[in-house]
Parts: sequence; C-alpha cells; structure tokens
Amino acid sequence: MINFETLNIKEARKKLETKEFSSVELVKGCLERIREKDKEINAFITVCEDEALKSAQMADKEIANGNSDQLALLGIPIAVKDIYSTKDIKTTAASRVLEDYIPPYDASAISRLKKAGTVIIGKTNMDAWAHGSSGENSDFGSTKNPYNLEYVSGGSSSGSAAALAASMCLASTGTDTGGSIRLPASFCHLVGLKPSYGRVSRYGIIAMASSLDSIGHFTKNIYDSALILSITAGFDGYDATCPDIKVPPYHLNLEKETNKLTIGLPKEYFKEGIDKKAGVKIEESISRLKQAGLNFVEVSLPNTKYAIACYYLIQTSEVSSNLARYDGVRFGFGRDRFGAEAKRRIMLGTYALSAGYYDQYYLKAQKVRTKIISDFEEAFKKCDLLLTPVSPTLPFKLGEKVEDPLSMYLSDIFTVTANLAGLPAISLPCGFVDGLPVGFQLIGKPFDEEKLFQAGYFYENFEA
Amino acid sequence: MINKKLSTEQIKHVARLANLNLENKEILQFQDQLSEILDYVDILNEVETRDVEPTSQTTQLHSVFREDKTAPGLSASEALGGVKNKVNTLVSVKKVWEN
Repeated sequence: MINFETLNIKEARKKLETKEFSSVELVKGCLERIREKDKEINAFITVCEDEALKSAQMADKEIANGNSDQLALLGIPIAVKDIYSTKDIKTTAASRVLEDYIPPYDASAISRLKKAGTVIIGKTNMDAWAHGSSGENSDFGSTKNPYNLEYVSGGSSSGSAAALAASMCLASTGTDTGGSIRLPASFCHLVGLKPSYGRVSRYGIIAMASSLDSIGHFTKNIYDSALILSITAGFDGYDATCPDIKVPPYHLNLEKETNKLTIGLPKEYFKEGIDKKAGVKIEESISRLKQAGLNFVEVSLPNTKYAIACYYLIQTSEVSSNLARYDGVRFGFGRDRFGAEAKRRIMLGTYALSAGYYDQYYLKAQKVRTKIISDFEEAFKKCDLLLTPVSPTLPFKLGEKVEDPLSMYLSDIFTVTANLAGLPAISLPCGFVDGLPVGFQLIGKPFDEEKLFQAGYFYENFEA
Repeated sequence: MINKKLSTEQIKHVARLANLNLENKEILQFQDQLSEILDYVDILNEVETRDVEPTSQTTQLHSVFREDKTAPGLSASEALGGVKNKVNTLVSVKKVWEN
C-alpha cells in the first residue's frame, strides 16, 4: 500500500528503484485519488490518464534496464498548471478563450521535466490567465482548499496547490507573477518556490506580465523543490531574459552552516494589518530559528507601501499587451469570451499605457519600481535573507472577496515586491490556525536560491 | 464617489483601444471599479522620482543575440492546427481595406 499522504519524490525514487512499487502503480494510485476527490476539489481541468500510464510504463522499462542515472524524476507523477504549453495536450489557461487550444509544442520547463523522466498526470485549474489570488476567477469553476472545502486554495496556481495538498501527485508546477505560487502554497501547507526572474525559461508559458512572470513549483519539502529547480533552471536559448548563469545541483547543497546566516525582518511587513493568529505562528517560526542560532536584524524597505500600486500598473499594462494576441484568428475563440477580471485588467493596462496617461501611470510605476529594487539592495547589505509573512490573512472563504477587486488585490501585499525586484522567494509551511494552513516567506538575493533552500532545509529539520 | 475619475466616454475609448466589446452594464461597472483603482494608485504621486531611471526588467540583459543558424520549425499544418477559419494554408481574416 502506497502512503500518498507522506510520500515525497526522494522517497518515491528510492522505492521505484528497489521495485517496492512500480511507476504504473504509483500513477494508478494518483489517478484513483483524483477520481475519488477531484469532483469536490476541482484541482484538474484535464487528467492525462492514457498519456500518464504510457509514460509510466516507459519509466518502468527504463528502471528495469537500470537507466535511471540521468533521469532524476523517472516515473514521478507531476501536475502541471494549465498555463504551460504541453504538446498535443489541451492548454486553456483556465479561460474559455482557449477552451479548445492544443499547443503544437512543449514549454522549455516541460521538455526538461519530460527529459528527466517525469510523468505528467494532468493540467491543473487556475485563475484564468493567472489573474487572481484565490482560484475563483477560473472559467471552469473554483478550486477548493483540501484542508477545508469551504475555503479557497489561493491563486492563481490554485489547482496545482490543491492537487499536491490532496496528494494527487508528488509535485506540481506553477507560475508566480505577484505571489501566485507563494500564496496558494501558504494556504495549502506546501513549499512553494518562486525562483529569481530569469532563472527558469518562460518559453512556452502563456505570458501574463513579461517582466514579472516567474516559473516555479510546489513540493512537500525542500529537497524535492531543490531537485526540480536543478532540472528546470538555466539558459535555454529561447528566452532572452534568461542569463547564462550556472545552475548548481541545488538538492546536493542543502546541508550548509546555516547558523552563519543573518536574516532580516523588514519592519514594514510586520506592522498592523496581519491576522493576529497567523502572526503568532510566524513569530513562533522566528523564535524557532533564533533558538537554532540564526542571527536576526531589523531592516527597512521604506517604499513597501507603494508596491501594490506600482505592481498593479506595471502588471496590468503588460497584461493588456500580452492578451492582445487573443482574437480567435490563429487559435482559440474571440475576445468576447474573456471573463470580467481579464477584461478589467486589460482595460486598466490599456488606459495606463494610452497617449496622455503613459507618463503619469506606467512610466511613474517603473520609476517607483527602481526605488523598490534599491530598498532591497540596501537591506541585503545587512542580511543574507529576508523573512516575512506571505498573506495578510488566513485562507479566506469562497465568495468572501469576489465582490471587491481591490480587496482581492491587497492579498498580494507581501508577495508582489519579490516580483518587482526579480528576487527568489519561497513559502514554507509554519503550522495551522483553526485547521487552516499558515506559511512564512524567505526572500533571497538574485540567483541566490541556494541560501533559500539551505535555510528552508535547516528549518524543516531543526528539532527544538 | 461623486466625481468618478473616468467618464463613460473614456471607458468606451479604452475599450475600443483594447478591442473589447463592452455591454452598457459592463461600461458602468468598469467606470466604478477602474475609477476606484485609479484613486488608489494615486498614492504613487507621493514618491519623488525626478532623477530616477525607470526599470523595465531586472536582469540588466540587453541586445541578446543568437547565431544566425536555421533549424527545423513547425510544419504549416502544425502551425495552423488551431485556426478555425482557413483556406488551405491561408488564414481567413476580416477585410482590412475597403478596395
């Protein structure tokens, strides 16, 4: 009997090699869990049953032939956010505009995962076009939080978070433009990684905001997260914003002397406005790390209060440009199929870029962005990592914020700054409040994912 | 809100620029919501940015080139696989010019 609730990638790889179970058994188990629970949770838009079983059979052959050396994810079932192009598998971005779109190619991240032996089990639900923080903007129904079905799983990578939290797969992919991996990770008790902008190629991933989109993933622990990044990261020749920076074997560099790290606590992120009970959980995590010997300093990011305004101008402007291509001519359906949130963002972005308003809005926001970036540069002179909350609130109920777009936008208050500054950040689970998960965030220097993983690994394994 | 930031004329203008057909109900809804959001983003006027350079992306990369070598691409049928209105390998579009 496979224990899906506790199984992680590292353990699954071992057990596949020792033939404790086969990839086909593992995948069949995941498919069974999807059949049992997904009607309620609605994590998947497409379940790739036939393709997954075929991949699993091929994986079992490779394992039998002893070919696993270069195939770090051989036989492992992974769910993919439906914003990643997957060759010959329907890809919708959870929008009726792309309801019947079948990409003729794979995103770079997908090719790399496949090359490493991954079994793609399905395409997950999300806020349409990645526009949202709750999963309620999907054109295919909201995804529910597996920890409490009356609550949201967080967005926009809602289905990926829920699928993994419900153990329907062993990892899942996401995108994070303003918090869309970190927020659902914190709502679903998962490790959610947003790599540095440019660490993972965006080629083949339906673009939301091209200067903010970050390609990352969800896992149950740090080792798995580091392993997946070692596979997806790196220059690929198709994304002009991917610097040719070496990819270290992240999963092999986890055990370092973490007590030499200094963690900064930005005071603007700990003012009022955070749910009290969630705040207590985060304080407990800080105490735990202090107990473990890490140094903490207070730092300041003075332009934090401008981040949401800055983000929502830059992001919507870039969205209005990226969504201009959807006109039903070369693929998909026409623009009348855009939902309310997509239309709202296209309208706002078009206005911010239009003649007479460009300087006042878009250009101004780009200048404020520069100041937000230098805030981080200053802070990182005093510390190696920053620790902050992920969400100002506990997971909220379905329907609670839908009527008020601005209030929904304010959920992103602690996450957008990492996207504006292009920094890597990770959400780590730090417990539950009234049965609802809470997470905290570590933010690192550009391309310094190693320290994020080391600190996270240390936190995971530290016995108080 | 007595004085909304955007008039319905402005909303209609932006919708035209964005190639969106909005119903009257949507025009009024967006007038409310977008005006409220624009009021909120006015907070950026507090920031002194006179001598600040804008940031368009954070990698500091520019002029990224590759070798001018050809490689196989998609076939016409693969590339046009999603086109709903086509004639052979030609994509049908609405008339652009009158004559």
